[in-house]
Amino acid sequence: MVATPKMMGQRIKRKEDPRFITGTGKYVDDIKLVGMLHAALLRSDHARARIKRIDVSKARALPGVVAVFTGKDLEGKIGTVPTAAQNAEGNHWLAGVKLNVPPQPVIAIDKVNFVGQNVAVAVATDPYIAHDALDAIEVEFEDLPVVIDVEKAAEPGSPVIHEEFGSNLAFHLPGGPSPEAIEKVEQLFKEADHTASFRFDNQRLVPVAMETRGVLADYDVGRESLTVWSSTQIPHIARTVLSMVLPMPENRIRFIAPDVGGSFGSKLNIYPEEFLIPYLAKTLGKPVKWIEKRRENFTSTTHGRGQMQYVDIAFNKDGTWLACKLKLLNDMGAYLQLLTPGIGNFTLIMFTGVYKLEAICFEQLGAFTNKVATDAYRGAGRPEATMVAEKVMDVIARETGLDPTEVRRKNFLTEFPATTPSGMTYDSGDYSKALDKAMELVNYKQLRAEQKQARTEGRLMGIGVSSFLDVCGFGPSSVPPPGGGWWEASTVKVEPTGTVTVLTGISPHGQGQETTFAQIAADELGVPMDSVRVLHSDTDVVPYGNDTYGSRGQAVGGEALMMSIGKVKDKAKQFAAHMLDAQPENMEYANGEIFVKGEPSRKVTLGEVAYAAYDFSWKGPGTAPADLEPGLEATSRFEPTNFTYPFGTFICALDIDADTGEVEIKKFVAVSDCGNVINPLIVDGQVHGGIVQGLAQTLFEEVVYDENGQLITGELTEYAVPKAHMVRNFETYHTVTPTPVNSLGAKGIGESGTIGATACVFNAVMDALAPLGIKHLDMPFKPHKVWNAIQQAKA
Amino acid sequence: MGVKISVEVNGVGQQSEVEPRLLLVHYLREDLGLTGTHVGCETSMCGACTILLDGQAVKSCTLFAVQAEGCKVTTIEDLKKDGTYHPIQEGFWEEHGLQCGFCTPGMILSAYDLLSRNKNPSEEEIRHGLEGNLCRCTGYQHIVNAVQSAARKMRG
Repeated sequence: MVATPKMMGQRIKRKEDPRFITGTGKYVDDIKLVGMLHAALLRSDHARARIKRIDVSKARALPGVVAVFTGKDLEGKIGTVPTAAQNAEGNHWLAGVKLNVPPQPVIAIDKVNFVGQNVAVAVATDPYIAHDALDAIEVEFEDLPVVIDVEKAAEPGSPVIHEEFGSNLAFHLPGGPSPEAIEKVEQLFKEADHTASFRFDNQRLVPVAMETRGVLADYDVGRESLTVWSSTQIPHIARTVLSMVLPMPENRIRFIAPDVGGSFGSKLNIYPEEFLIPYLAKTLGKPVKWIEKRRENFTSTTHGRGQMQYVDIAFNKDGTWLACKLKLLNDMGAYLQLLTPGIGNFTLIMFTGVYKLEAICFEQLGAFTNKVATDAYRGAGRPEATMVAEKVMDVIARETGLDPTEVRRKNFLTEFPATTPSGMTYDSGDYSKALDKAMELVNYKQLRAEQKQARTEGRLMGIGVSSFLDVCGFGPSSVPPPGGGWWEASTVKVEPTGTVTVLTGISPHGQGQETTFAQIAADELGVPMDSVRVLHSDTDVVPYGNDTYGSRGQAVGGEALMMSIGKVKDKAKQFAAHMLDAQPENMEYANGEIFVKGEPSRKVTLGEVAYAAYDFSWKGPGTAPADLEPGLEATSRFEPTNFTYPFGTFICALDIDADTGEVEIKKFVAVSDCGNVINPLIVDGQVHGGIVQGLAQTLFEEVVYDENGQLITGELTEYAVPKAHMVRNFETYHTVTPTPVNSLGAKGIGESGTIGATACVFNAVMDALAPLGIKHLDMPFKPHKVWNAIQQAKA
Repeated sequence: MGVKISVEVNGVGQQSEVEPRLLLVHYLREDLGLTGTHVGCETSMCGACTILLDGQAVKSCTLFAVQAEGCKVTTIEDLKKDGTYHPIQEGFWEEHGLQCGFCTPGMILSAYDLLSRNKNPSEEEIRHGLEGNLCRCTGYQHIVNAVQSAARKMRG
């Protein structure tokens, strides 16, 4: 037999790419149906106001306009936009305290609460006409007091956005994790050599997927069934929720995520339009398409971060971090989308990072503001957590005079599994190894020597270190915070002619699992990669799954695939035994062949087995194996027993031009550990992209609303998504610490780059400014802000 | 009221009657069915709609279809010839210069324009040459590699 080359671990170019490099991918807007109508949404340009009068008569009268609906027209006909964050008791599903959930209609009924909220929808035969109709709608607003600043929103006496709750608090977790922990923290603060405090504004960001959102819905009257195409990360979850909100039987809804042009958490949601457009298609009896404009993407698709952090630390002069108090104030926006109030919990469970400390305590609040909701954005709570831990490390280094790398090394957790004060159990890790490798690659000693020289010459050079940690592979139901039960499903079919089809419940949209899953199947089944096809994101085709987010595709979806492959191989052995007149327990599977142990010449190929498995007359009538079902396919569901915890160390060096305030990154070394790597080319791509999104928060991006709630950074012209010339090459390297949680040993890599990079560049900028006595600046470090800080420090 | 236009798109002459306000990108996508040209922003910022107009990279979301009168338009659909990928397409594939693929057609056509002007661009020149095209997935590093790889192949 010929051994096939291993596919796993190779830099293999992607199976997805031919369609994308030829312009033949199919995103929502590329799909056209006969008789299709086009919807456009009138968005509120007031942040908080009563709708006194709305007149759509002129819009309805325009030629080509099919329908115009206001919120009042639809009141009671469609449910409100749900959040997953409230449990049956009315509590926050992670924090366990009461959660206030304001009802969010798909179109505002008598009041708007943020710029960008739906006010009316127009449906026309042409998208241009639909937009003409919006211009013809007359709305009279009566402005109400606006609440923008989240700290002011949480103060008593602030105008209250949702009057029924009496305050702007969505929830308040006053103290955790336990009275004993709080007491222990207080004790450690008394005993510590030093204490320090800081306030950190982890600013709002816009995810900016290059493809905006879009929905196309088609109702088949005869079959009483609905097909929805949506640019989403979560077709399965969206279908379930849509069936409850419309309402409509779930088995009559086919939900498809076609090619999806990026998401980064912003499409891990179910938006008003995903209920509205299907409703319109059903009501009007015609296919209806809506494609989000970029401006709408800024005003009406969820933002990320938006978290105020108040940190108190206790530490000893030898650099030991003893205890930490963290208060989080999360900016909810005006309504709660799918996971809005839960993002802060990922910060609460992860803010001790890769470090061992004796005790923590925390308080958490979520406050409503007149802005679009926040929700998951690449890393979702963990970049914020890493920011706390990594800033703490540098504060300790500065206060004790120790090198930042030494403070980290001193505090690293070293034994695994490692249980943390927040109750998490880290699966595996070797944090020193990643730090050592990064220091070696960046030539850390040399860099510090260069910095010393630069400082004597009055130049501002900074070195930043970030030993970050992710929690991913969502998720095990057996691990209490933050809950889970997000198992994953797969089906593997070996067809009669020997081709292999993999169905998966994840919903990749750039992560490349059409390739990596084919690599796994090719190796494990011993078939050429070309004969493996991976299908996903169509609820009529694949088994129910839990979609793609939280770096779960490989760690959870990949393991579900391994399970189905194992079952298929077992069944192939049974068929082979029958075909070869041998016992199943004596069969071995290798390189796509099944043979009798010790007699490798007595063999059949997987293709031969597959043909026989579907053609029970192969040995003549009556010879079929009585104890075997026909066919060669298997379905599995994998629920992990724990999360996985990818980690790494990033080190960067940068210069700041004291005359202009400009920051220039000179060197960036990224050492990541995501366990075993299936495709290093894809992993590098994930790390690069993640790093740029992470450092963009530090250097370029911020959401700015003015005091009236107008979104100032509401287009790509004002919001600084990094361009090619704004970033440089990164040197990437991997250490490999497999996870014991799945047989692939893979941890997940989608979010690591972002989680590590924000803090790394932040620490480098603060290090550069340290000789001027500047202890803290809030991100992003735009030139004018840095320049002003330098001028003030010098004055 | 429609306006008659005559445009050569991917080597084929097209006679169409269009609304004066119809954007070129919508003409290509909706009237001609060339959906490889994407709309990412409508403000010329993202470059997903980049096409070649008489050989030069332009953003088709901020041109009217009538402005293409008498011009030769090339879209992503025209790069693969006789079953053979263009070296830039190969570069993007081999160097993993794309993830979600949405920016890719525009990015490839901007690279095409760049390499037609500069056969051996430095990393810096590639980065500046592509500054009109946003990618949110790759961090640009593999895109730079892709263009370098294509440039090598095209120089022969």
